[in-house]
Amino acid sequence: MAVSIGSPFVTVRDTSWLYGAGMDTNPIHAMTRFGLGRRASEPLPTDPVGWLLGQLRADGAPRIDPFPNTQTGLAALQDDRVNKPAPGKSAARALFVAQAAAEFDQALTTPTPFRERLVWFWTNHFTISLRRGECTAVACAFIEEAIRPHVTGSFADMLLAVERHPAMLMYLDNARSAGPNSLAGQRRHLGLNENLARECLELHTVSPLAGYTQADVTAFARLLTGWSIEVQGEPKGFVFRPNTHEPGEQTVMGRGFPPGEEGGIAALRFLAAHPATHRHLATKLVRHFVADNPSPDDVRRIESVMRDTSGNLGAAAAALVHLPAAWVPGTKLRTPRDYVVAAVRALDLPEGNRPNMIGIAGLLGEPFMVAPAPDGWPDKATDWSSPEAMMRRIDWANAFAGRLGPRDPMEIADLTLGPLLRPTTIEAMRRAGSRRDAFTLMLTSSEFQRR
Amino acid sequence: MNIGRRSALLGLGSVATIGGASLAMASAPGEKRFIVVIQRGAMDGMAAVVPHGDPGLTALRGATPEGLLDLGGFFGLHPALAGMHEMYQARALLAVHAVAGPYRVRSHFEAQDYLESGADHRMTSGWLNRAITAAAGNALAVGVSVPLLLRGPAQVGNWAPHGLAEPPPDLYAAIAAMNQTDPVIGPAIANGLKARGFSDRTLMDEPQATNRNAFPALATAAGTMLKAPDGPRIAAMEIGGWDTHTAQANRLTGPLKQLDAGMVALKAALGDAWKHTAVLIMTEFGRTARINGTGGTDHGTGSVAFVLGGEVKGGRVLANWPGLGPGKLFEDRDLAPTTDLRSLAKGLLAEHLGMSGPALDQVFPGSASAAPIRGLIG
Repeated sequence: MAVSIGSPFVTVRDTSWLYGAGMDTNPIHAMTRFGLGRRASEPLPTDPVGWLLGQLRADGAPRIDPFPNTQTGLAALQDDRVNKPAPGKSAARALFVAQAAAEFDQALTTPTPFRERLVWFWTNHFTISLRRGECTAVACAFIEEAIRPHVTGSFADMLLAVERHPAMLMYLDNARSAGPNSLAGQRRHLGLNENLARECLELHTVSPLAGYTQADVTAFARLLTGWSIEVQGEPKGFVFRPNTHEPGEQTVMGRGFPPGEEGGIAALRFLAAHPATHRHLATKLVRHFVADNPSPDDVRRIESVMRDTSGNLGAAAAALVHLPAAWVPGTKLRTPRDYVVAAVRALDLPEGNRPNMIGIAGLLGEPFMVAPAPDGWPDKATDWSSPEAMMRRIDWANAFAGRLGPRDPMEIADLTLGPLLRPTTIEAMRRAGSRRDAFTLMLTSSEFQRR
Repeated sequence: MNIGRRSALLGLGSVATIGGASLAMASAPGEKRFIVVIQRGAMDGMAAVVPHGDPGLTALRGATPEGLLDLGGFFGLHPALAGMHEMYQARALLAVHAVAGPYRVRSHFEAQDYLESGADHRMTSGWLNRAITAAAGNALAVGVSVPLLLRGPAQVGNWAPHGLAEPPPDLYAAIAAMNQTDPVIGPAIANGLKARGFSDRTLMDEPQATNRNAFPALATAAGTMLKAPDGPRIAAMEIGGWDTHTAQANRLTGPLKQLDAGMVALKAALGDAWKHTAVLIMTEFGRTARINGTGGTDHGTGSVAFVLGGEVKGGRVLANWPGLGPGKLFEDRDLAPTTDLRSLAKGLLAEHLGMSGPALDQVFPGSASAAPIRGLIG
């Protein structure tokens, strides 16, 4: 998507055009920038920094229900392979729909929205997509098993959990990758698939800035041969298949790794701790939580925390909170998913009376777990602000505003935006011809679309 | 609970129901259909039904607009309401001028609440909902939400078509203006509006071609459902775009055309059921009698209501005309209200739905001073 006029690199440091000076925007900003937007019924944190850091120490959120797990997902996938149901009627699809709804409900009710945002961030960093159909069965299991448990833990642990997860092994084709010199490779002329190895280097860890070569990719792919999935038999899930594993030591980025399952694990731990990985992750974190074009100083700060804590993601998240630039409101544009969730939270709709948030996120351009490519959803305002995308937001906001009922839109605006509300928006809402129009204006205002 | 088969077929989640099984049994739904259209944003009654016979008009509004459709000499109907004028000529449309609710507030939100509550204060239920309880009949809100008018103890179905959520042009314009200074969102919205055919800078001031089919489509859907033998009998619809603070002469045309096309579509969709139908079109208040400095009008008091349908005693304008000359305006700014909207609504409920005096008092509590208007139907 592209914006046809206006600079794509708007300097977002100066948001004085957006917000007046003087009022304490920190409490509401903390809920907006690091959280999922304020629910009307939620108290404002008196100590915004403490509120955020507290969430990193403990996950108070209940397990989502139905709780996804790989075993169930793969069983559904196997059923579908046997039963060959009509499109849209698959067991895997049914699982996903229920689990995805639970993921969105979690976003509405979680007592730890900052943690939830970290789950979103890391899920997007390690993109898997339903564009690979079989991922449907285990997509939410991927979130709950590989991402959520590690968002404040060690990056190496998350990386391992991710690359061994059946969802990732399916999505990036590793499940069927075989070493040419492995037993199965020799007998059945199976070959290498480099996809997972390449994306792991390029997107998940060191990034091309590290200067790895095609030889590194191939060697790493050989190390990962045999990392596969048991779908038919038991126990279902990750399985290391020695008969497809390429024999022999491999050299990846100048480091030698032994064959066997342990070699791949060692390579992942090496990559997780690589300085280039810390730089790459720091850049993405600052871009996501601070500004579209991160300042080098801020990136260096997060990078150094990653290095000093051996890749502790909780420490990195805390360091983000301490960046002064993170407290400048409005520098980021809400993505469609973020936008829909924030709108539903603003209205604080009870269970059973909520719109189909998954469908709406899709309608607005960010279908849940259906990113177009392994690099995931983009993270800059210009990526989400095409004219048609903005018009869809407006149209949806106008439709959604019909759910306002007899409630006072100014009160909701005051609760969800408070000191972030611009006089222009207040004036426009006051002049609106109906409550509903006024609420549409709040939802489409610059300050609500940004975070 | 009586679940209409038709409604069930349409997939109405909460489905149109009657307020209590015993009542439903006691007074079986008849053939009468009653539809209320709320014009949100305050329609300028003096522009819709122009009192060009009043010598005071020119001083307030300048020259009489051209192309008015005659309503018996004294009044002229806005040319955008050609379809409704045909109904007038067929004696199926009645305009009621200088009407207002019993309240004198000029806030849209408050006034709409009072209009829908049927009182001079906000209630938790709307008068049409209370009327359902008294008169029996399945009810349906047509649109994205159930308006206060239809909220209350009687359960009400809600049906909204897909793809009709596009906001009216003036709301688009307000959104664009509000976000103009945002370096990313501002240009995106401006270009998005352009791509959809809205004129560049003059969104606020020119008649717009887009979105004209939304309300007629809604009206067609309502008519189709109300026509069904076991469909709902009472419905409410909403139409916006009336808050014409600037360039009213241009901006009013769009909403009026939509309303007109909607009523034509409703009549067509109702088919034979039209003869059992009464429609009440009402707005929360009128607008200032004088044109303001930007070619628009501001929030006022007296306005116009329309009643249409197969059995309506139409072909006339009902008005206890207050006059526009010096000293005649309410607070020296608005058309003075001489007819209570509740009298009109009570008259319709009484004559069209056969509701008795005590029932009317329940629907409009504290409305003893607003006697039902007689002779609307028949």
